[in-house]
Amino acid sequence: MKRMETDVVVVGGGATGTGVIRDCALRGMACVMIEKNDLASGTTGRNHGLLHSGARYAVNDPESAAECISENRILKRIARHCVEDTGGLFVTLPDDDTEYHKRLVKGCRAVGIDYEEIDVSAALKIEPNLNSGVLTAMKVPDGTIDPFRLAASNVLDAKEHGAEIRTHTEMVRCIISGDRVVGVLCRDNLNGELFEIYSKIVINASGVWGRRICETAGVPLTMYPSKGSLVIIDYRVNNVVINCCRKPFDGDIIVPGDTVSLIGTTSKKIDYDRIEELDVDDDEIEVLLAGGEKLIPNVSRTRVLRAYSGVRPLVSRSGDVDGRDITRGIVLIDHEAENGVKGFITVTGGKLMTYRLMAEWAVDLACEKLRVDVPCTTHERPLPGSETPSNRPVPHYFDGISKSVLGSAHYRHGERMDHIFSKDKKSYGLVCECEMVTAGEVEYALKNLCVKDMIDLRRRTRLGMGPCQGELCSYRTAGLFNDLGAADEQTAIRMLKDFFEERWKGVKPVLWGDTLREIEFTYWIYQGLFGLGGVPDEDEPI
Amino acid sequence: MINLENISFDHCIKCTVCTIYCPVARVNPIYPGPKQSGPDTERLRIKNPDLLDESLKYCSNCKRCEIACPSDVRIADIIQTAKWKYSPKRFKIRDFLLSHTDLMGTLSTSAAPVVNRITGLSLTKSAMEAFLNISSKRRFPAYEPGTFRRWYGRMKSEQEAFSEKVIYYHGCYVNYNDHELGKTVVRTLNKLGVGVTLIPEKCCGVPLIANADLPGARKNARYNIQSIETAVEKTHCSVVSTSSSCTFALKHEYPGLLEIDNSAVFNKIHYITAYLSRLFAQGPVPELQPVNLTAAYHAPCHLERMGGVIHTLDLLSNIPGLKIVLMHSECCGISGTYGFKKECYDIAQDVGEELFKRIADAAPDIVITDCETCKWQIEMSTPFRTVHPIMILAQSLGVYTF
Repeated sequence: MKRMETDVVVVGGGATGTGVIRDCALRGMACVMIEKNDLASGTTGRNHGLLHSGARYAVNDPESAAECISENRILKRIARHCVEDTGGLFVTLPDDDTEYHKRLVKGCRAVGIDYEEIDVSAALKIEPNLNSGVLTAMKVPDGTIDPFRLAASNVLDAKEHGAEIRTHTEMVRCIISGDRVVGVLCRDNLNGELFEIYSKIVINASGVWGRRICETAGVPLTMYPSKGSLVIIDYRVNNVVINCCRKPFDGDIIVPGDTVSLIGTTSKKIDYDRIEELDVDDDEIEVLLAGGEKLIPNVSRTRVLRAYSGVRPLVSRSGDVDGRDITRGIVLIDHEAENGVKGFITVTGGKLMTYRLMAEWAVDLACEKLRVDVPCTTHERPLPGSETPSNRPVPHYFDGISKSVLGSAHYRHGERMDHIFSKDKKSYGLVCECEMVTAGEVEYALKNLCVKDMIDLRRRTRLGMGPCQGELCSYRTAGLFNDLGAADEQTAIRMLKDFFEERWKGVKPVLWGDTLREIEFTYWIYQGLFGLGGVPDEDEPI
Repeated sequence: MINLENISFDHCIKCTVCTIYCPVARVNPIYPGPKQSGPDTERLRIKNPDLLDESLKYCSNCKRCEIACPSDVRIADIIQTAKWKYSPKRFKIRDFLLSHTDLMGTLSTSAAPVVNRITGLSLTKSAMEAFLNISSKRRFPAYEPGTFRRWYGRMKSEQEAFSEKVIYYHGCYVNYNDHELGKTVVRTLNKLGVGVTLIPEKCCGVPLIANADLPGARKNARYNIQSIETAVEKTHCSVVSTSSSCTFALKHEYPGLLEIDNSAVFNKIHYITAYLSRLFAQGPVPELQPVNLTAAYHAPCHLERMGGVIHTLDLLSNIPGLKIVLMHSECCGISGTYGFKKECYDIAQDVGEELFKRIADAAPDIVITDCETCKWQIEMSTPFRTVHPIMILAQSLGVYTF
């Protein structure tokens, strides 16, 4: 069996894992990250992408709120191309008690969140489609964050500082020697090959999957997974984050996210053995749309693109078991101190917002154990793509490229867009027409951003995430994978099929209106015209 | 901010038939076509207005995309609105001159022979191209001395004697460039026992829309609808127009694109052939003399958009001796002021080329079309005389001779 050696193995390629691997690499440690699926394919990519100001937690969980506002300021600096400083509003709905507004003001003041109480008329000026019957309004420094870009940028920086990234590589178990975890046994999910990575420390950053990782090291970890579902609206119905001013509940927030808006979020306790199932139930969709409509009345007239859900990795260390009440605080476990198992650290709990801080704490602990005396710099050092301290205008390289193409690439890759376009027409020819993804961007992602298949590519580029959900871009992309030597013909066709299955999963729960017409048309092309359904699955012989 | 009441782009299922149907995208590879310029990038412009593509200027607003769309997306409206809403407001003298047809008409008709002479000079044409970006290759429509309204003034008492009357919205073209058409409309309607009334009117706004001056177009629209409403309320007369694009604006662009409510008079406004073919259907059909001509008929895009072609063909089918050769449905290219612009002239001619060829193949005695700018384009680009269908009917009724 193949074996490798390194200082630190990081398990999990979500926000936390990619944050940890970057931090390790920046501190000069040899490190390898393994992820069983793709970057940000778990909980990281399955939330509303809210860049919290902390106001949502200011009343009930001031500790989390303080972490949020501090990380909010850091991310606006170091990850400019992953965040959008949209600003946010808290509004009291006509049927709600304005008492909560006062408590929120008090909470924000206590934590140090820069809020501003404004007139309802001023709020309507900021967001003209807002429910005009709201009773109170306040401005908070909320924003949006793209978790896919964030994870990819962290990994890109880690790679550029010597880290090794292995996606589609699953951890089978910890390798134990005496009272110490000395490495991990892995399986490459693309070819089934088993191999070992020996290391001085294993950092378990696998979120809700962390319990299984711990079990293989013989340590217990009690998790209370809570499912949160969201729906995606076809376009931006709002340009600032809109929150209901009351205790968090289902369907109380609309977040603009790149070209779409998201209505969030439900909270349902689920059994640990169901964390992979992630179906969105009809009642959740009903609740979300009804909630969204209370904030922006015309939401019901717009197309719902998809519904999806993620599982929050809630860890109860105090005995609380209800999803909304368990702290969203960071849980860092030194298993040597807690369970007598050396060389093994778990970092979990927390949230997307605090991924960097979680990584900092975990890597601080690892450094202490490895006697590495290098301080953390991730709060100062910008991510690749956001290098220049102030916002650089979108460059215009040469005539012939449209602003919509350049601007979209700039949104996604920041200054790294310089590596995408060349005068070769192919580089700026469109592949995805909804989200303006060019062949050059596909090639760049394939070379630099750990892309193994079309679903991975979607997370790096927004390919197939627009209104047509892959109708026009997917066959072109499958062709490009083949042209660029990233897949042989059979593999490219299978990728195409897998891509549609994955898109279909999110569309299925919202199958009405224009979404239904769209998917019928797509079905007609790919099944009726191309016969894609006749392509055998991976495990069937061709 | 988006108007959530008007979100037809949301219904686009990306079938791309509009782009296949777009005459500009067919000949100009720089124009990405209506799907991308309209519904696709509208989502991006809502996110960030800076993502407005310069290539939107190539849209001629012919509306053929909207004819093709199976999802009822108002593609051309989205594009025209975006040009105005998201682009920095810069005053362009060329666009001002081209779009203010009534102002230019008033100025030019007072010295028509001189103006026509000057605009015909190659020196003037070169200067207009150099300083105004108006194509020197475009032949300018000639202005007539005086206005149609002044001529009508002398006829007014005679018209008032009719018991049945219609309101004639003549538009800029008849008033400044083609009195003959206006006079023929009056004589034709009179022959059919209908008197003609004029009401105060301004340019319908089509050239303003095409040149991204939506506030200007809205102002005219408000004026016209108010004027029509006042007259209709008093007289209960129908309103007819001989310009397919003016009619399209009065009926459809006003509520759809300009958000001006015309519901009180919508059913009273008719393109003239629709009005006449109904009159004929009610009977009795007047006595019609044979017009022994082979005519190529070109359907203007805007008439197609509002489903009016059938009425013109229906009306013409009453005329004995007239042989109609129906041209394939396509754009002639000029699209109002579009074909006058330096950057669009070649596109306009490339778009029209197929039509010009088909007209030549038909070897007609005459070409018939409902739109004044189609007429300019066909007369400039082919050797055939081009007339409004009313001129043929008038000939058949004996009130006009070629």
